Amino acid sequence: MSDLLAARSQMAVSLAFHIVFAVIGIAMPLLMVVAERRWQRTRDPVYLDLAKRWARGTAILFAVGAVSGTVLSFELGLLWPKFMEVAGPLIGMPFSLEGFAFFTEAIFLGIYLYGWEKVSPRAHLLAGVLVAVSGAASGIFVVIANAWMNTPTGFTLIDGKFADIDPIAAMLNPAAFPQTLHMTLAAYAATGFGVAGIHAFLLLKNRTSAFHRHALAIGLLVGAPAAVLQPLAGDVAARHVARYQPLKLAAMEALYETRACAPIKIGLGIEIPCALSLLAFRDPNAVVKGLDTAPREEWPNVPLVHLSFQVMVALGTYLALVGLWAGWLVWRKRDFAAQRRFLWGVAIATPCGFIATEAGWMATELGRQPWVIFGVLKTADAVTPMPGLVVPFTLFTLLYCALGAIVAWLLYRQIVRSPRSA
Amino acid sequence: MSLSLADALAGIILVALTAYVLLGGADFGGGVWDLLATGPRKARQRDLIAHAIGPVWEANHVWLILAVVLLFTCFPPAFARMAIALHVPLTLMLIGVVLRGSAFVFQSYGGGGGRVFAIASLVTPVLLGIAVGAVASGAVGELGAGSGEQFYGVYIAPWLKPFAFAVGFFALACFAFLAAVYLTLEARDRELQEDFRRRAIGAGVAVFVTAALGLVLSPHAPLVERGLLAAPWAVALHVLTGCAAVTAFSALWTRRYRTARVAAAAQVALILWGWGLAQYPYLLPPDLTIAAAAAPRVTLELALGAVCLGAIVLFPSLYYLLKVFKGSSGVSVP
Ligand code: HDD
Ligand code: HEM
Ligand code: HEM
Repeated sequence: MSDLLAARSQMAVSLAFHIVFAVIGIAMPLLMVVAERRWQRTRDPVYLDLAKRWARGTAILFAVGAVSGTVLSFELGLLWPKFMEVAGPLIGMPFSLEGFAFFTEAIFLGIYLYGWEKVSPRAHLLAGVLVAVSGAASGIFVVIANAWMNTPTGFTLIDGKFADIDPIAAMLNPAAFPQTLHMTLAAYAATGFGVAGIHAFLLLKNRTSAFHRHALAIGLLVGAPAAVLQPLAGDVAARHVARYQPLKLAAMEALYETRACAPIKIGLGIEIPCALSLLAFRDPNAVVKGLDTAPREEWPNVPLVHLSFQVMVALGTYLALVGLWAGWLVWRKRDFAAQRRFLWGVAIATPCGFIATEAGWMATELGRQPWVIFGVLKTADAVTPMPGLVVPFTLFTLLYCALGAIVAWLLYRQIVRSPRSA
Repeated sequence: MSLSLADALAGIILVALTAYVLLGGADFGGGVWDLLATGPRKARQRDLIAHAIGPVWEANHVWLILAVVLLFTCFPPAFARMAIALHVPLTLMLIGVVLRGSAFVFQSYGGGGGRVFAIASLVTPVLLGIAVGAVASGAVGELGAGSGEQFYGVYIAPWLKPFAFAVGFFALACFAFLAAVYLTLEARDRELQEDFRRRAIGAGVAVFVTAALGLVLSPHAPLVERGLLAAPWAVALHVLTGCAAVTAFSALWTRRYRTARVAAAAQVALILWGWGLAQYPYLLPPDLTIAAAAAPRVTLELALGAVCLGAIVLFPSLYYLLKVFKGSSGVSVP
């Protein structure tokens, strides 16, 4: 394995690991706050039980998110020192703001988790709200930094050197809005359906449990609207990609030749004629640039990017449909717990949001290759000169596998211990 | 010599590092005492440590992230150089951070892992100290990124030095000292309090011994040596640090624990600031100065703005957190 490949793989493993916990860290506080608020209003003890149990699970996930995030902030330099040397002054701004968002998040999480008996109910709920808000803010800031890697702005290149640096313009880069919107929705959709799915599955075994009914309802309340909006946000993102990173779009759609009336390929050789032109440019006859516009060595890994993108879109479509189904049931005032087929649909959705998130990041990051800063700095020129990178890559991979297994086991114990009947 | 914007930001980074040492360092120290828990009150000692760390460790931990983020925003070449030359100890330190943090929560939630938590708490501070020692000794400065030398010369030699290890053990001793002093105030009964008083005194002695060791080896860090021994402010600093140390000891001896806490924190903070002053104006001695490593002015201005804005949110929140958990007794784990 070459050092470059080892470095990229280590970055990918670390980010793919962290993103799971980050997504949960963004959305889970919202679920807990909803449950606690309902408890305060209805005094139904099941809601309090829910909030407390979720808090226990979240504490574990949060800690793993925090340590894996710490690893990332060092890894940016350990693996890509040249990248950080040039990008630091430009994207340091969102990272610094993110640092403060972490502070508020960690502080109020401490109060939320350990302060049930120490602060007033109102202060407790407020602490939860602050955790939810700062979690979303930290996610948004870090994605802004990533968006800048895709559409770098706020500087001029003079002889390969950055001049006229403008960190504010860098923060307001064109990809920032579509990416942060799409990512934040992804967090709510993945976590909401993750929770709803587990409880739907348990409801299938125990139809009368108020605990699982309430949990399912709250999970869907957060997950379903986000999942329904997600394809729209994805469309916004795709149109930006078409405009600013045409080669990435071509790789996502495996479009080898530049053409008007470009189709969308949805696998098994099925094509929807002119759909890509229509979606990307709102004109069925628009010309979409293909991979042939660039020399081969500038192509990303087309099969992988294409596959990742298709996985995301397929799962996104599924989640949106289940979300609409839930909305329809609410509108018709049907009881979720009585709808066996619906419960199965939700149960199957449990991992879908997380898989879609991973796939979406794969498409974004692999699609940007060979660039680390699109059009400015090649990944191969950013990597650390240190040899033997396969060693840390192996170490971190093993470490994360072990951690993942332990977390899964602890959470499984939590779920198994959930009340059988309440 | 007048202070520039870059100096101010370097100072802020040192403040963040100091806060990390005083708060997060004590959490590591707690792990050390978890490992060394002995006697009839072994289980209660461990309980006390877990309860003291539980609500605050994540917030304490963010100080390190803040220091790193500000470093790569404001002094990117320094960050890049450190990341290359200190790749190995920093990677090992990260593994320590991951193991410590996750083992701690796993343990609190009944998943075992107490041993891992304790051992990682022992190793991680040493690695952090080694990285600082390597910087102070000037080993990270002269290196041009990726010069074509042997692997050993570029990636191992800068930190595999007696001086760097002395700093590493010194850091460990300081963290253990701080933790023991703080724990005397957390303890709710006399016996436990006495346990940690004895430990604080022992760790205080270890701080002295490792500091002396560092001083003996300081010819390996010429800039720091010159600063600590010869600079005009050196005497004042030594006197202040000495006062703080004596106060901490006598307060421990006479069981005035609140005084001991303040004095111990002051002592450790002064040592850190002594290091910072000794190598000023160099960020990475012997050649990279703060001014030379600084990012463009706009970036520094914005970073300062962000820090001020952040501080407005941070300090009241932090005060509230400490008031809720460190003001009275009886933490309840959910
Ligand atoms: C629950 C997760 C989820 C779901 C259901 C979807 N996505 Fe997505 N997508 C993500 C989670 C995600 C992501 C992981 O959050 C990404 C990676 C980078 C980013 O900003 O969001 C992403 C990136 C991403 C990009 C690339 C942005 C870039 O490279 O700058 C496009 C074009 C889309 N998505 C489009 C879609 C479409 C058309 C969907 C329709 C169903 C869709 N996504 C569903
Ligand atoms: C939001 C902030 C993010 C930043 C600043 C960031 C930064 C980077 C950097 C510097 C690299 C190395 C250079 C490269 O190979 O392009 C990289 C690679 C990578 N990142 Fe990201 N990333 C972010 C988010 C994510 C997330 C959340 C994932 C989730 C899975 C991800 C997946 C990857 C992958 C798969 C690679 C390897 C690319 C390859 O193999 O070619 N990234 N990222
Ligand atoms: C290169 C990319 C990234 C870096 C350097 C990074 C850095 C960090 C760090 C240092 C922490 C620990 C904070 C603490 O101690 O509380 C953290 C946690 C967190 N990160 Fe990341 N992160 C990256 C990618 C992401 C992405 C893509 C997201 C989300 C969209 C995200 C969202 C979060 C959240 C919400 C937390 C809070 C802890 C938790 O929820 O478990 N991060 N991250």
